[in-house]
Amino acid sequence: MGALSKSDIGGFLARQGILVAFVVFMIGFTIANDRFVDPDNILGVIRSSAILGVMALGVTFVVISGNLDLSVGSMMSFSTIVVLDLHDKIGPGLAIPVMFAMTLALGAFIGFLVGYLKLNSLIVTLGMLSAIHGLTLTYSGGKNMDIVDKEGTWFGVFGQGTALGVPIPILIFAILAAVLGMTLAKTPFGRKVYAVGGNGVAATFSGIRRARVVFFCYLMSAFCVATAGLIQASRSLGSQNTVGQGLELEVLAAVILGGASLMGGSGTIFKTVIGVLILGFIQNGLLLVGLQFYAQYVVTWIIIILAVWLDIAAKRGRLWSPIA
Amino acid sequence: MEPGTLSTFLKRGAIWAFIVIELIFFSIAGEFLSLSDKAFMDFDNMLLLFKQSAPIGIIAMGMTIIMVNGNIDLSVGATYALSGIILLDAMSWPIFGSLGDAVIPVAWLLALLTGVLLGALNGLIVWKTGVDAFIVTLGSMLGYRGLVFMYNGEQPTSHLNWTLVDFAEAQFLGIHTPTWFLLAVTLAIWFLMTRTVHGRNAYAIGDNRTAAVNAGIRVGPHMMINFMIIGFLAALSAVVFYSESGSVNPNDGELYELWVITAVVLGGTKLTGGAGSIVSTFGGVLAIQLLRKGLSHIGADTSTVNLVIGLILIAVLFLDRQLNLKGKEELRV
Repeated sequence: MGALSKSDIGGFLARQGILVAFVVFMIGFTIANDRFVDPDNILGVIRSSAILGVMALGVTFVVISGNLDLSVGSMMSFSTIVVLDLHDKIGPGLAIPVMFAMTLALGAFIGFLVGYLKLNSLIVTLGMLSAIHGLTLTYSGGKNMDIVDKEGTWFGVFGQGTALGVPIPILIFAILAAVLGMTLAKTPFGRKVYAVGGNGVAATFSGIRRARVVFFCYLMSAFCVATAGLIQASRSLGSQNTVGQGLELEVLAAVILGGASLMGGSGTIFKTVIGVLILGFIQNGLLLVGLQFYAQYVVTWIIIILAVWLDIAAKRGRLWSPIA
Repeated sequence: MEPGTLSTFLKRGAIWAFIVIELIFFSIAGEFLSLSDKAFMDFDNMLLLFKQSAPIGIIAMGMTIIMVNGNIDLSVGATYALSGIILLDAMSWPIFGSLGDAVIPVAWLLALLTGVLLGALNGLIVWKTGVDAFIVTLGSMLGYRGLVFMYNGEQPTSHLNWTLVDFAEAQFLGIHTPTWFLLAVTLAIWFLMTRTVHGRNAYAIGDNRTAAVNAGIRVGPHMMINFMIIGFLAALSAVVFYSESGSVNPNDGELYELWVITAVVLGGTKLTGGAGSIVSTFGGVLAIQLLRKGLSHIGADTSTVNLVIGLILIAVLFLDRQLNLKGKEELRV
């Protein structure tokens, strides 16, 4: 091993660009405002990122398998509204499994359309974004949902409780990330997801049932969405029926920031978690240095483009696109 | 009839057949379900239908070019809102205070310029960085929306100019001003796509980009021009709409990309690029507006409209695939 050459450093920056950017941002915010590294602040950021993060875990599977899921936002509204409504009707113990079953059914429907019928996932999930939104509005009759007896229920534990000093949403996020990360990295199913996303035809010829893998990726996504809906419902014990609107974009932004290629075949759960945390900390840091709330949209935009640009620039070995 | 003619005919005519079925269905269903005793196929109602199609329709024409190119633009809703804000805000800027009603063309120009610039920025990034248009415009959808909110916070931006409102509500030859704009844009883009070199290049690039590059087409600038066109049209749509309404909410235009893409896909444009027609997109726009109007005519609320539109989009995708599969043996997976 010789000394690091200039191209080694360039290559390292390009490959680990997202981590480098993360560290630079953290240092910058720390210098700008000493409240940023306060443990309470850090815990608060992770906690408020947990809902987005849980959804991003499932979408990571879908994206690695070479598809998209734009319906997670409205699906999250759906599960939140359903669980809140059923809570007062059949009790929390039954409401949660029923809500999971209903959300998984939606996921299975999308998985069937994209996996078995091989329809374009962008359009299918765009259609489902609208359809599920309509379903939620119909279900709730356009009204907000509220749990009547907010004091006398244990339902709030998923969003507000703590265990061993750690807020439950963070615990759920961490456990789910660990389990799904292992599934993706260490199991035959995980390898099949990469194979299908990397080269669908080759995967098919290797005897992998592409349709079934895609189907389970969407089920996985729906499961994560249901979990996120549970946390959301439990945190506020009441909700508007548009609570998840627009979240699909932030979720996708986090996954892309983490470096998963939209063409499929690359990305990891760990990187997605990093992507989620970057979004969360940047959002928080910008507020702390005194920028107005909406400036984070603009900053997120610039970061997404830069992250993806650096990623593909490293792969093709030159900064500017070869398009004439 | 040659083999394949039927399926081609079915595909070309499908959107118009769909419109006819919608008209018949809502006319009959309206007799039984409608709360008002006015017929659905009323002449005034149809005129209104065209007028209400204009904001989505004008953008859909630009989206057709973008999608024929094999790209997509998710930022049109935010571009629409930002152009609308510039339009209304510019009319109350002090430097234009002495202009009187001559401020109107100036404000229009500024709004359209905003749209072109935002589109050009998208196009430049797609061209120079080589990042997929989906990601670029997904990012700018957030970014441009952020600019909208930074401009005036969560407050609506309002300015009513009665000369402008009169113009926007006028009916020339019985047809509303927004409808004229929609028809003019449709005609112009149709001409661009079928009668010019630029249009032919758009199909060539979407069909096979490598071949297009080898044929000497400058793909980058071409795509950038298309993004400028859709930015211009999103701004034009805002100009037409907000001239009449006079007030922009910072959330305006959200989900417009969904409606526009639905209209374009209904019209048969391929997501993978290389195929699509302006006339069919026009049909897609009408079909969607007819559906919204028809459903509310028979007493359904907006939630049902969302549900139905989503499912129809998926159904069309399915049918389209079935028609295209004919005669082609596909890999069994």
